[in-house]
Amino acid sequence: MDNELYQAVLLQHSKKPRNFGPLENPTHAADGHNALCGDEISVAVRIEDDTIADAKFTGTACAICTASASIMTGEVKGLTCDAVRALAGNFRLLAKDGTGPDVPAKLQVLGGVHQFPQRVKCAVLPWETLVSALHSPVEGGSR
Amino acid sequence: MTDSDSEQNGILRSSFPHTRLALRPDRVILPPLHMAPNISTIREQFPFLGETVNGHPLIYLDNAASSQKPSRVIRRMSRFLESEYANVHRGIHVLSERATAAYEHARTSVAKLLNAPREEEVVFTRGTTEAVNLVANTWGRENIQSGDTILLTEMEHHSNLLPWLKLARDTGAKVGFVPVLENGSSLDMESAKRLLATGPKLFAFVQIPNTLGLENSVGELCKWAADSGTTTFVDGAQSVGHQPVDVQKLGCDFLACSAHKMCGPSGIGALWGRHDLLSLMPPWQHGGEMVDRAYYDKPATFREPPARFEAGTPPILEAAGWAEAIAFLDDTGLDAIREHTVSLANLAAGRLREIEGLHVFGPEVRQSGIVTFSVEGVHAHDIAFFADERGLALRAGHHCAQPLMRKLGSPSSSRASFYLYNQPADVDALIAILREAVAFFR
Repeated sequence: MDNELYQAVLLQHSKKPRNFGPLENPTHAADGHNALCGDEISVAVRIEDDTIADAKFTGTACAICTASASIMTGEVKGLTCDAVRALAGNFRLLAKDGTGPDVPAKLQVLGGVHQFPQRVKCAVLPWETLVSALHSPVEGGSR
Repeated sequence: MTDSDSEQNGILRSSFPHTRLALRPDRVILPPLHMAPNISTIREQFPFLGETVNGHPLIYLDNAASSQKPSRVIRRMSRFLESEYANVHRGIHVLSERATAAYEHARTSVAKLLNAPREEEVVFTRGTTEAVNLVANTWGRENIQSGDTILLTEMEHHSNLLPWLKLARDTGAKVGFVPVLENGSSLDMESAKRLLATGPKLFAFVQIPNTLGLENSVGELCKWAADSGTTTFVDGAQSVGHQPVDVQKLGCDFLACSAHKMCGPSGIGALWGRHDLLSLMPPWQHGGEMVDRAYYDKPATFREPPARFEAGTPPILEAAGWAEAIAFLDDTGLDAIREHTVSLANLAAGRLREIEGLHVFGPEVRQSGIVTFSVEGVHAHDIAFFADERGLALRAGHHCAQPLMRKLGSPSSSRASFYLYNQPADVDALIAILREAVAFFR
């Protein structure tokens, strides 16, 4: 039912997303979309010394996707690019079947989506977009 | 309300529970003949209505995606498999004869449904999409050359857009689009007239778009096209089986439709084409059934339409089911079905507009059973999920019309689409659930 999926903390993030808006001086960015429901988000990061110095997102997306992006952009700051990739993989497992080792507590609120197959993509989309951004340097970015 | 209640209250029930015809001594209003059969029992004929979701009765408002099936179609398909099934057109045995008769009866039924001048003008396909691809790959390859113009509209479903764009890329043809007016209220008819006057080779367009709740003036558009020698292809996926569609009255050259949108099974649809056009078109898929004479060392010769375009074993079971669906629609009355669905859509659109921050796309007054809307601050996917938990099936997303929804400024919207088994109580549920969703998410 709704409250299994839309936990209060998730709703808070979707109504007032953190790190929402354009990022100043991004080094890497990518767009992601979910053809099923029309979620469209863009993730921009500033990478300094192979570490995420800042991350923000923009776009129009459902509550699950927006909350996931909001929590994700907060959690990845300070992580190395490799650590982000590893965490993205584990988060995907969490979303898909409720497993996924070493996923920080703040991200666990999204674990409920595995009971709703059609919402898994919503939760994972920001992470896929972020991983894709790591390979997509912004032209004129600082490195 | 039972039938005896109706009689006591001096009310005759019409086909649909909410349209009651008052019996007054001075003026007795009799329903037209086509509304007469199966009057009060339409909902009883649809077993899916017995389903529940989380304890809520299932309400199905995703009819523009696909429709549900009445018992008689389900029974017909079951009976066909039990005692009539074999391959068609080739076996000299009783089952093959029965199957062939059922398959060809379906062709007759579709021809009658569309008022086609000749039965051979009905080609069975997997559905509307395959019919578009068939014409693009046969008539298109023969007739479209570099520099020619293919005219489309901005409100096409991907299925009546992408095959033509590919044809244009492959041949070097140009593509033009008749614009939609603001908010998707109508096709820009002035532009259509002007663009058609320039003599495009082909005008492919939809009769009832799957998003906007409008109906294009097919007859007028086809007349303008004919004046310029432009061939017309009409996407009838949302119109055929939802209202009377007469290809001779419309004056089009090709028209495509799908069985599953009109109470028939998925996996079958039809291309109707003027016989003189079909007979000049080369085959598309090659194989059994479509060939006349085959050799090892020289080119094969091919059969006349429709066989030429029906390579391989066709959807036989589905054809039997579709014929039964058409009989069911015929018994119910297509005029009555249209009146019912459009009035429900109007009821829904009016009450949706009362919700703050809710925007309904398309014309003020509905012309089809489709209502697409967006809700400020609540994403369509959340609405559909929230509704589903309460037993209400809606569609969310871009509705396979990405360029259009982008133009209307709404990459994701919700859609409620009505059909003959829906009722005013479904609109009540829609409104209540939406109000609840707005309170929850906003």
